[in-house]
Amino acid sequence: MTRLTRAVAPMLLATLSASAQAANDADLAAIRDQIETLKHSYEQRIAALEARLAQAETQAAASAPLPADTGSASTYAAASNPAMLHAGPAPANGFNPEISLTLQGRYKNMKDVAERRISGFASASHDHATNGVEGFSRRGFSVDHTELSLAANIDPYWRGQAIFAVLDGETEVEEAWFQSLGLDHGLGLKAGRYLSGIGYLNEKHPHAWDFADAPLMYQALFGEHGSYAQDGLQVKWLAPTPVFLEFGAEIGRGANFPGSDRNSNDGGSHALFAHVGDDLGDSHSWRAGLSYLRTRARERESHFEDLNGMEAQGAFTGKSTTWIADFVWKWAPDGNPKYRNFTFQSEYFLRREQGDLSCRDEEGIGNLCAGDMTGDYHTRQSGGYVQGVYQFTPNWRAGLRYERLDSGNQDLGANNATLTIDHYRPRRATAMVDYSWSEFSRVRLQYAQDKSMRGLTDNQITLQYIMSLGAHGAHKF
Amino acid sequence: MKTIVLILTLAALLPLPAWATLQVVACEPEWAALASEIGGDRLQASSATTARQDPHRIEARPSLIARVRNADLLICTGLELETGWLPILLQQSGNSRVMPGQPGYLEAGLQVPRLEVHAQVDRSQGDVHSAGNPHIQLDPRNIARVAEALTRRLIELDPAQAAHYRARHEDFARRWQAALERWETRGAPLRGLAVVEHHRNMSYLLHWLGMNSVATLEPKPGVEPSAAHLAHLTRQLQAQPARLVLRAAYQDGRASQWLAEHTGTRAVVLPFTVGGSERARDLFSLFDETLDLLLDAAR
Repeated sequence: MTRLTRAVAPMLLATLSASAQAANDADLAAIRDQIETLKHSYEQRIAALEARLAQAETQAAASAPLPADTGSASTYAAASNPAMLHAGPAPANGFNPEISLTLQGRYKNMKDVAERRISGFASASHDHATNGVEGFSRRGFSVDHTELSLAANIDPYWRGQAIFAVLDGETEVEEAWFQSLGLDHGLGLKAGRYLSGIGYLNEKHPHAWDFADAPLMYQALFGEHGSYAQDGLQVKWLAPTPVFLEFGAEIGRGANFPGSDRNSNDGGSHALFAHVGDDLGDSHSWRAGLSYLRTRARERESHFEDLNGMEAQGAFTGKSTTWIADFVWKWAPDGNPKYRNFTFQSEYFLRREQGDLSCRDEEGIGNLCAGDMTGDYHTRQSGGYVQGVYQFTPNWRAGLRYERLDSGNQDLGANNATLTIDHYRPRRATAMVDYSWSEFSRVRLQYAQDKSMRGLTDNQITLQYIMSLGAHGAHKF
Repeated sequence: MKTIVLILTLAALLPLPAWATLQVVACEPEWAALASEIGGDRLQASSATTARQDPHRIEARPSLIARVRNADLLICTGLELETGWLPILLQQSGNSRVMPGQPGYLEAGLQVPRLEVHAQVDRSQGDVHSAGNPHIQLDPRNIARVAEALTRRLIELDPAQAAHYRARHEDFARRWQAALERWETRGAPLRGLAVVEHHRNMSYLLHWLGMNSVATLEPKPGVEPSAAHLAHLTRQLQAQPARLVLRAAYQDGRASQWLAEHTGTRAVVLPFTVGGSERARDLFSLFDETLDLLLDAAR
């Protein structure tokens, strides 16, 4: 910028210097002043010109080319270059992943129960360090894990996403997968760690739930997380029909409950699912699904009580099959959900487990399992929930949920003589109302009458907040 | 098992004949209408949203995923307007031909000069789009620009019909230019007219007709009008009066009614896009009616 002024100023000085000799000091000073003014003015004008040039360049890059010659294919060939067509203002950080952070926390008022589990259902083994008290079952004030998500298109063929759950002193990789962008014919491929496509709610993260906690059904099926994650591969195919018809298959490690980590070359978990959905007029839309999950477990630990009421440990080895049927129906006047909308949602599951159960006395308290009793294990259990959520203004929503599980048939073979078989029908009714300032911030007040533990009616009040920072991705139907 | 395979095979084969005509899925009704103008019977155009729906906020419905799966061309406004739902449709559809960057994806917003481009955006400003105001369709000159780009794209995707698309575009462009001159002559008295918008979605219309937006009913873009903000507006309009309160067909009318009753303004519902009123059946009638409504209310 100053190069020009540096060149101009000496030239002017040189031209002026001849006459300057004759001039007196006052004249010289005046000339110096003029040159200074000239220099200053040039500098300003050049700066302004440069700024305008830079601006014009950015604008030219930002707006798509508009060749006047509409018909010419050659003009268009240049314009069809994706880099030109989609060249927005693209600084280097345009390639940075979309980052989003979800802050979630709650105040929860409920009964003091030493170890919460759903009566009549084998539970995923607890982390003893936290004494079984995970975020959802913590009383008083607590912060849920903070969810950090990074996502971006990797290249024209793949998209990747990682979601980390961060809690004091620990980071868990909730999801870390890549997904195909380049496949055609309705095919989709996903690999890595991902939330399985089974059921309806399974793929949704806690910030997208309509209630402060996962349905009992999901906790019974998949443990505290309330969802089933796979380390593996997913293939989906969308049929070329006007009606939405999708089929999916997954194979994975199967380390998560109801499976367990096994040292094996085989996949420990297989899943199949099918979804069908459509609109009814502008205002109604629905989706129904049927899913199947088969997992293998080796030495999967869960808690039991022996016939004398003493604590015992059971280790299950065998296979677990789960069927899930789901249905969602959404209504919004003219299909415009902004002001009012209603969602009805229901899921039902049926689980069978088959294999052996070893009953143990790991803590040496002298229960009936002292000699490691192993016997057949057959269970057939079911349950589900129905819920409705009504958004009655752009900011307010209210919802009701009713849940019921059935501990069903449980045959412990030889261990019928050592362990108590817990027959129970857990129930819970939940009502919530939430307020959203925008799609990025929400507070929720929830009341639940929880009868999921035998002999206990727990009235729970939860006040929860969910805040999303950054690039918040689109939500699924 | 055999019958299932048979059904699936049939399902896979059945829609094939339909691919003879180009399947165009538009994110907004105006682009579906434009595609029909230029493609005629050589393509089948449908819109993912209707004029009764807020294009920022619809559900990524299963039916839309199915439509995108079968699309040859996806034409969307872009400029972040559809970020709440379009990414899901693209990720779930298994159709690489309509991914951004491919010939099967056309972003209309990038074909026009944009208003309200923000160098710095922050969510505290509400629902702002850094790439510029995305509601580009209410400036008819933008429709002409997108029509050119769309024609080029149709020719690339379906070269066999190039002459057809070119001829139809030429015809459309001529009729559009004539209509544009008519609208501009009719719209001349609107120049300088002060209006209040519900959401900042009329900017291109106001810019084209030289009208003047003095306020919005939304305190921040995407934030619904509050009582406090409306009270503030009544005071503001005493000092700086406006004649009209404009809103689109999909927007709730209570706030603009209230303001019209409490100030000397008139509430006007504009069709906003094709299908937004009984009369706005195509792009021409959309602008005919928009001008009628504005001139009538400003009288």
